[in-house]
Amino acid sequence: MSVNVHPRVDFAVIASLVKPGSRVLDVGCGDGELLELLQNTKDVDGRGVELSQKGVNESVARGLSVIQGDADSDLKYYPDGGFDYVILSQTLQATRNPKNVLTELLRIGEKAIVSFPNFGHWRVRTSLAINGRMPVTKDLPYSWYDTPNIHFCTINDFVDMTKEVGAVVESAVALNALGERLGFNMPWGFWNLFGQQAVFLLKR
Amino acid sequence: MEPGCREQLDFARTATIPTRDHALNCANMTKISRPTAKKAQQSQEATNPHSPVMDFDAGKPLHLDSGVSLSPFRIAYQSYGELNADKSNAILVCHALTGDQHVANVHPVTGKPGWWELLIGPGKPIDTDRYFVLCSNVLGGCLGSTGPASINPETGKAYALDLPIITIADMVRAQAMLIEHLGIKQLFAVIGGSMGGMQVLEWASSHSDKVFAAVAIATGARHSSQNIAFHEVGRQAVMADPDWKEGRYLEAGTVPRKGLSVARMAAHITYLSETALHNKFGRNLQDRQKLTFGFDADFQIESYLRHQGTTFVERFDPNSYLYMTRAMDYFDLAAEHGGRLADAFAGSKTRFCIVSFTSDWLFPTSESRMVAHALNAAGASVSFVEIESDRGHDSFLLDEPEMFSTITGFIRSAARAKGLLPS
Repeated sequence: MSVNVHPRVDFAVIASLVKPGSRVLDVGCGDGELLELLQNTKDVDGRGVELSQKGVNESVARGLSVIQGDADSDLKYYPDGGFDYVILSQTLQATRNPKNVLTELLRIGEKAIVSFPNFGHWRVRTSLAINGRMPVTKDLPYSWYDTPNIHFCTINDFVDMTKEVGAVVESAVALNALGERLGFNMPWGFWNLFGQQAVFLLKR
Repeated sequence: MEPGCREQLDFARTATIPTRDHALNCANMTKISRPTAKKAQQSQEATNPHSPVMDFDAGKPLHLDSGVSLSPFRIAYQSYGELNADKSNAILVCHALTGDQHVANVHPVTGKPGWWELLIGPGKPIDTDRYFVLCSNVLGGCLGSTGPASINPETGKAYALDLPIITIADMVRAQAMLIEHLGIKQLFAVIGGSMGGMQVLEWASSHSDKVFAAVAIATGARHSSQNIAFHEVGRQAVMADPDWKEGRYLEAGTVPRKGLSVARMAAHITYLSETALHNKFGRNLQDRQKLTFGFDADFQIESYLRHQGTTFVERFDPNSYLYMTRAMDYFDLAAEHGGRLADAFAGSKTRFCIVSFTSDWLFPTSESRMVAHALNAAGASVSFVEIESDRGHDSFLLDEPEMFSTITGFIRSAARAKGLLPS
């Protein structure tokens, strides 16, 4: 379900937000790369959910506890507060009901870590404003008709949604195209223009 | 669901089967069916098996779900590999409906290789150089464990239908007693497909602390109405055979050959898929150029099924078939826990691996998914893989590389967690 291309610059940021030894659920875990990283570097008790059968099979062959499932419909089977962290990396924009998914993440996890591509990035804005085309970039390589990304948002949009679901932003990081962190003290508007992707740590 | 299915799915072989020899000829229905040499050998296995046995005497009765205590009783089993010093490397294999304990050795009746030799053996995904692999004939079976063909000590004759009804939980209780007797406190893993998978789920539910890892393949937490229906057809076929003699065929010296064959033919269809049947047989004719306008086996699929039926009779006890099918029908893990499947696994520390196949319509993926969701709800560690295959329910017995890589990865990771492999 995770739809970004490699290398995944958000993984290091996500890993830096996870406390060692915690219980982690990775929703849309792909082939299990992040889960494996977290197990190896943070000694987490990790579980995963992945939509694509190929991703699930690869993850399980790696020895990870991963099940085939859909973020939109299968999170309801998890108990309240079952995990310390629930991670949704580069998957939010591919869900049918992002707001519902975010609510579920915060029900299942004490904290939620969400990373997503920022549709407010200047390249995206330029593509639309100057070329009049839906943007196709290195990190968002799909055409409008075949993209799994059906719910793009900007950093500002996402901040609004966290308020709507009553989540508290504990920390946030914006990354530029090279995967470098943008200045910490910059206002949301700056991040929204220059952040190519964002990682949020949320709590209930 | 069937030992030796790998061989039986070698469809090319069917082209040479002389159909008239195997035909379920209606005219023969009235003749008394006598045991063949092979059949006699199978009966011999029921009472005097080519396997080690564990006898539990009057001091160790088995308390059955039906409320009856069974005593004495016997469990026949096979083992492979060495049990390590702290007895922590044991893997229990649970066999399917018509399977047996001969999981990785030549079968004493059929002479065919073990039914899961693709999976189990030196250097295989379940590596007998590393693990102590144990497989016992289930209670109610017919290869040496107490079953309807065993001698009832009270009468000196075969139990036949006097044996109490056996459930999946009863089978597991008997296995647990065997494990305890061998001094194994916790099984490293329990693995099985179909009815074997039911036993795996039962083990993990009722003996959670004794199961470190559980692999349940092509199975479900209950038998569906459709599955019960197919089993009932099979049982009625056996019981309608005049040679069944109300279950007392051993004393009468008969074999309800036709009935058990028909039961097997119907069941065998459920182990395959329409695609597999169509690809292998289509509407091809058997040893003939045109239709005969009669009821002989004109089609290859007919010949194939008849062959399945007749060979099955040689190696299986008809009453045992009744007991095995009933055990599966009665299985409903959620019902045992107030209707909530998650409660069957509450607090479980067992690591689970659930595997299903896309073309399995006997235990479709939805049944496995239900188990996976229940395990999620119980907070258990679970992997769930659906494998693309057009070979139906029997896929779990066949060469399915993705299943092997799944099991290899899961077992390795569990072995690291248990300290059997360096992390």
